[in-house]
Amino acid sequence: MRIILYLLQKEFTQIFRNKTMLPIIFVMPLVQLLVLSFAATFEMKNIKINITDNDHSSTSRALIGKFQGSAFYTIVNYSDAYKVAEKDLKTNKADMILQLPSGFERQLLKENKAKLQITINAINGSAAGLMNAYTFSIIKDFNRNLIIETYGTEMEMPIQSSTLYWFNPELNYKTYMVPGILVLLITIIAMFVSSMNIVREKEIGTIEQINVTPIHKYQFIAGKLFPFWIIAMFELAFGLLMAKIIFSLPILGNLGVIFSVASIYILAVLGIGLFVSTISNTQQQAMFIAWFFMLVFIMMSGLFTPVESMPQWAQQFNIINPVAYFIKVMRMVLLKGSGFADILIQIVSLFIYAILALSLAVGLYRKKN
Amino acid sequence: MSEIVIKVKDLVKKFGNFVANDHLCFEVYKGEIFGFLGANGAGKTTAIKILCGLSKPTSGEINVAGFDAYHETEKIKKSIGYMSQKFSLYEDLTITENIRFYGGIYGLSAKEIKLRTADLLEKLNLTEAKDKLIKDLPLGWRQKLAFSVAILHQPKIVFLDEPTGGVDPITRRQFWNMIYEAAHNGITVFVTTHYMDEAEYCNRVSIMVDGKIAALDTPENLMKTFQVENMEKVFLKLARG
Repeated sequence: MRIILYLLQKEFTQIFRNKTMLPIIFVMPLVQLLVLSFAATFEMKNIKINITDNDHSSTSRALIGKFQGSAFYTIVNYSDAYKVAEKDLKTNKADMILQLPSGFERQLLKENKAKLQITINAINGSAAGLMNAYTFSIIKDFNRNLIIETYGTEMEMPIQSSTLYWFNPELNYKTYMVPGILVLLITIIAMFVSSMNIVREKEIGTIEQINVTPIHKYQFIAGKLFPFWIIAMFELAFGLLMAKIIFSLPILGNLGVIFSVASIYILAVLGIGLFVSTISNTQQQAMFIAWFFMLVFIMMSGLFTPVESMPQWAQQFNIINPVAYFIKVMRMVLLKGSGFADILIQIVSLFIYAILALSLAVGLYRKKN
Repeated sequence: MSEIVIKVKDLVKKFGNFVANDHLCFEVYKGEIFGFLGANGAGKTTAIKILCGLSKPTSGEINVAGFDAYHETEKIKKSIGYMSQKFSLYEDLTITENIRFYGGIYGLSAKEIKLRTADLLEKLNLTEAKDKLIKDLPLGWRQKLAFSVAILHQPKIVFLDEPTGGVDPITRRQFWNMIYEAAHNGITVFVTTHYMDEAEYCNRVSIMVDGKIAALDTPENLMKTFQVENMEKVFLKLARG
């Protein structure tokens, strides 16, 4: 035990003497929270739209007025010919084209129905889906007004639906993103920074000296991992505080639940970090390998895209993705107020994960050194 | 020369088909300065690693400080000190912090650490520089400090792997004075070097060629046997075969 204390003293001295470490702990989380939370939103504003009105009627102008009045659209061009509009789409000047054919109003009055065309740049499929949905809702609105104007009363639809948005009633994307981004933050500390720290001793050659001392391997590993466990826990607390202040992040659940799950989660990630450091000889290698794990885990975790919309195999993959478990826990506890009983599966999974990852990594470390 | 502190009999270490150490036999006595010479690749480092408990021998009887190199490596590690040509001190820690760390992991009490730190700093004339980072010290100082730290816990044996590489002649001389002092205090010194004048400072010298010990005697006897006037010529004669 005394040996571990001396190791910890040395590690903490080195970590805090390192000039890049303090910014990593304090500045990086702030920047990430601010930049990612504002940037990583699913909301679309300022959709660039080109309107091709071949009808020039009062109805077409009224419909265009709806688009002008919407905060979601910026009309970049009015053109008379569809060919011109297509050019805008090809050169990325516009994201979509709304084309109202000539005779639009006449048909509407005569036959009670008319057609218009929407052309959308669908390179980004989900963005295209959103644009379509927004446009559809504007047109639906316009339709309803037309019906009221024509028949004097609103036509009753046989089935009416009303939607209540639970847990995030204002559909605030930041509320949804911030818990996930906090997970990302502590994962970086526990995986990147810890693995690079261990590899550094290999690079400089001091590990050779450590190996001839009576320090046991488990003591060395504990001395290496524990400081980063503390720092990651601190980081989470710091991040939550910042999120509360900056984004007024709702904290419905018990913070005790969050921190107890975090303590297990960080152990699991430290296990991966130790594994990375065992299989690499230079800090560069460690960085690349950690980056690889990180990228896969985050992309699959449901941070940016919902896990439910992934193919079956990808959802299965998340069984071995600790990031996915913890993001789910964070969202459930913070936004929904879930308690231990609701997240039992995640806790047990992370617990097993931590034990497996750590024991495998420690075993491999002992074998290789 | 009385007590035997290192006893090696028929040490063999193989890596696949390659025989790095081929039936080495030697004994080292307490308080002796034992020179372990050989060209690069002759198998010195492999042998030292086994003696330090870092690597397991393929076969042979090896006893270091009274402990068996197969099963009692942990006990061996407690009884030896080690210093390599690579930096063994942490560059981003100060002199005092390094001493405290190594003292601590060898189980010295806080009080002992304090006492020995003060002693050591005074002896090396480093009291004023005690809060300087290692990376700000000249190479020669670092090596002297590293040696002092390696014997801080008063081990039975200290292994020095090319300790004076890249160090100026004056510092090398001072370094050897420290080695003599340690040996005088009963610490056995096991040293490898490429400087043949240093080989002459040793009590006894073994010279390894291609994984075998080609010669083992006092420097005087070796020079007599090979009828040459210095150790360099002994080495060249043996190493060239």
